[in-house]
Amino acid sequence: MLAVLVVTILFTGLAGLLAYSGQRLNIETKPITESINSLLPQTQCGQCGYPGCRPYAEAISKQEADINRCPPGGEETVRSLAELLGLEFKPLDEAHGIAKPPQVAFIDEERCIGCTLCIQACPVDAIIGASRLMHTIITAECTGCELCIPPCPVDCIDLLAIPNTPANWRSPSPEKSAC
Amino acid sequence: MLSLERFFGGLFLDGNKRVSTQTPIRDMPLSQRLMIPLVQRNGLEAHELLPIGSRVLKGTAIGGGSNPMDPWILAPTSGYLKAIEQYTLPHPSGLSGKTWVLEPDGLDEPIHLPALKHYHTLTTEALINRIEQAGITGLGGAAFPTAAKFKSPLNAIDTLIINGAECEPYITCDEALMKERPDLILQGAYIAAHLLKATQCLIALENDKYDAIGAVTTALNAHKNRTIELVKVPSIYPVGGEKQLIKTITGREVPSGGIPADIGILCINVGTCAAIARAVLCGEPLHSRIVTVTGQGVLNPQNVKVHFGTPLADVIAFCGGYTEKATQLILGGPMMGFSVSTDEIPIAHNVNTLLIAGSKEIRDREQPSSPCIRCGDCATVCPMQLTPQQMYWYVKSDQLDRAVDYHLSDCIECGSCDVVCPSHIPLTQFFRSGKTQLKLKEHGLQMAERARLRFEDRQVRLDASEREKAAALLQRKTKLEQGTNPEIQQAIERAKHKRAEKLKQVAPIPPQLNSGSED
Amino acid sequence: MKFALTTAPHLTPMKHLDELMRSVILALVPGITALVMAFGPGVLIQCVMAILTAVITEGVALRLRGRPILIRLKDYSAVLTGILLAISIPPLSPWWLIVFGTTISLIIGKHIYGGLGYNPFNPAMLGYAVLLIAFPKNMTAWVTPSELLSSIPSLQELIEIIFNPNLSHYDGLTTATPLDTTRTQLGMQRLLDDIHSQKIFAIIGGKGWQWANAGFLVGGLWLLKQRMISWPIPMSFLGALTFCSLMFHLSAPTVYPNPLFHLFTGGTMLGAFFIATDPVTAATTPKGRLIYGALIGVLVFVIRSLGGYPDGVAFAVLLMNLAAPTIDHYSQPRTYGHQK
Repeated sequence: MLAVLVVTILFTGLAGLLAYSGQRLNIETKPITESINSLLPQTQCGQCGYPGCRPYAEAISKQEADINRCPPGGEETVRSLAELLGLEFKPLDEAHGIAKPPQVAFIDEERCIGCTLCIQACPVDAIIGASRLMHTIITAECTGCELCIPPCPVDCIDLLAIPNTPANWRSPSPEKSAC
Repeated sequence: MLSLERFFGGLFLDGNKRVSTQTPIRDMPLSQRLMIPLVQRNGLEAHELLPIGSRVLKGTAIGGGSNPMDPWILAPTSGYLKAIEQYTLPHPSGLSGKTWVLEPDGLDEPIHLPALKHYHTLTTEALINRIEQAGITGLGGAAFPTAAKFKSPLNAIDTLIINGAECEPYITCDEALMKERPDLILQGAYIAAHLLKATQCLIALENDKYDAIGAVTTALNAHKNRTIELVKVPSIYPVGGEKQLIKTITGREVPSGGIPADIGILCINVGTCAAIARAVLCGEPLHSRIVTVTGQGVLNPQNVKVHFGTPLADVIAFCGGYTEKATQLILGGPMMGFSVSTDEIPIAHNVNTLLIAGSKEIRDREQPSSPCIRCGDCATVCPMQLTPQQMYWYVKSDQLDRAVDYHLSDCIECGSCDVVCPSHIPLTQFFRSGKTQLKLKEHGLQMAERARLRFEDRQVRLDASEREKAAALLQRKTKLEQGTNPEIQQAIERAKHKRAEKLKQVAPIPPQLNSGSED
Repeated sequence: MKFALTTAPHLTPMKHLDELMRSVILALVPGITALVMAFGPGVLIQCVMAILTAVITEGVALRLRGRPILIRLKDYSAVLTGILLAISIPPLSPWWLIVFGTTISLIIGKHIYGGLGYNPFNPAMLGYAVLLIAFPKNMTAWVTPSELLSSIPSLQELIEIIFNPNLSHYDGLTTATPLDTTRTQLGMQRLLDDIHSQKIFAIIGGKGWQWANAGFLVGGLWLLKQRMISWPIPMSFLGALTFCSLMFHLSAPTVYPNPLFHLFTGGTMLGAFFIATDPVTAATTPKGRLIYGALIGVLVFVIRSLGGYPDGVAFAVLLMNLAAPTIDHYSQPRTYGHQK
């Protein structure tokens, strides 16, 4: 009887101590959504099926979406997400688009009619212009998400691949040799 | 007498320098076409400052960048800007870039820059301005804009080091300049020391370059002003690298991610010094440099003074042309130079050597490498005291974060680890690849961050305008429902009044017409 | 004119893998000569069998792994493993012992991890440990030194013994090693001076053993001079072993042998210069190597004096192989421009 009492008191005490220290010594961990979002390319294109990168990140954290739905991020993003979340790497899901080389949009000023539909579509406000005035794309801010292409009634927006310059040249990795 | 330290690691390499120092520096005549690349230091395209067809003088600015750190691109001689072409750049990528084609007119007419013989009466700003106008960049290989370098020190510079320690095999352009024009170098050094208000000025040479040491000593003795000290450093590769040279001479280390100015030191190359002297004392803009043409693949190895923009093919032809042993063309030395596939490339500020190598002089990269046996020899010779072995494992397995933990960014790509590896692993290429990957990744993250902020700002703006619209709509609706909207009443009154006014203005219909119809 | 593209640096490399391995094999020659003079040519027969087995096993393993064969064979690493194992086991062991041991060394000690450069354990020592635990009787039956034998067997007789293991005709041909004898008889409470006055002991180490160790020492010093191995590991190993044995010997001279005995018997010199210095499995940082070598020395002493096996070099090396990555992690040197 005494033994039962002693053990009960001991364990209640220890449980209380654990609960208290769990609260008191709790470390604020970064919510996983933030970490996932920081790995996404922030193109805000919607190709994953979500209206922007943060909603996709939230869906991933709730395990509602797979990690291979982001074409602008490409395989590298899938790998980083897989590593972060401890999941298996999967190749990019082609249903959501194919990975393309970096690109920017360009408005042909001869054909632009100044309708502002593309300005309203751009998720990062990279197009400047106003109604009945010339529109142009701020190349430095354009993420190549292609959301401005469908709304344009005169089809005056083209996508151009970002040219290779010494600035963005990647020194090639040596071939992984045998053995 | 300065007591020297020894920097960690390094290699004793065969110099192979005699072959190109047998003859004095020869001036190369102007080529028919000079190709001047419109490329900024960061690799982006520069924009042309003049229309095609313009006549330019030696030193006219013909290209410029958006970055204030970038020097103007100057014309190396007078002539006509005939065209803009895509021409191969002197860059390891082998990419082509927008290039001015300048046809010299043979007059070599310079822009007007007055000689500033009494420079010690001028302000620092005026002197830096002159260096900027003359388009001077570092001639040691990195081509850093000298004016920006002089503007940057926030602390006082206590030691100015003139770097004549040419440690890489085959390269002799600095040695040749020191033997033939030590006076120019010293004059440039005095100007720089005055500009920076440096308390100490040293000129560093390798201790086995006896002729150069003799020439510089004689020149020093001729000057009454004895403020420059000659320092002989041991001939260990890469003592000429500024971090290693600073450690050897002063015992101090440049902090990681920092510049020598952070610890009160500035290094400039002897060629840059001579250019400064010419710019200040003679008003001459920087238009040419000394290039060592050497290797078994060229008939007459020598040092030549070449105008910028001269195609390599012309330079090699001037030195007797190719021999049948020519296998590779390397711009720079055998340790840090990059190989190029064609000789249709112009001489730019960063090209200090043309090494036309025979097959026996260079390694055969066709042989596959063996696995790493963890011998640690790479770490024993690394002048930055890194562990190349660990960096190699992580770069190879695409774990760049871990490679950065082992200080990948501090690698100076000197190649010492590569040549001592018994398994012949191309270590330096792995590190170069890793570093460019890292740079691109960081750039990508920055751009992603910008995009994210813009997106979120846009969301805020759209939400705000939605809310405003909804609020206005609600307000109007409630006012309508209440029916006591004074504005509406007033509007109705106004409309009634207007109608009444309008009726008054119309001419009254005569009564007879009206009654007539009733009969 | 068009040129091929290659990456910097363009100078020919200064060191080569096969040169390194060949130098190590060459440096073993003085020690092997001493072994032959002391214990007969049996060790050479073991070496030949080991080399044959090693080359065949390596070839088969590389083929199974789909890797190029000739290049890897030409770097002599398998041959070196075979020779090291062959000189560690008794010279008159049955032929199947060395064949089995070499196969285990190469397959389980090297190829399942990915081949050269990827193994965490020293392959020769792994093979030795497996043999010692699986066949203790064969592994402890060392050969009597030739100078103590009344009749030295001819080469033909030796070959017969190795290929037809029936040692009953040849009593007195095998005996325990000096280390083994010391340990067993100390356990029987005999005094050290008595033990060491027996015939198999000489001035410093055991008869024959001291010359073998001297031979390996000479070879090792030559390797150091050629800069094929670096000094931290041998120096710290021998230093730690000397220090430990000296301390214990001074405190109880009748129970613990003197340092010279430890240094010149068993696999001490072989271990110091040829086994512990195997770059793939040792620590790589300079400080790490000192710690690694010193701890091997301590462990060798501990296993010899207090443990159950006569010679502790193999187990000491294997234990420290386990610790090498951790030692490396905590002994990273300071980079230029950083505080620590």
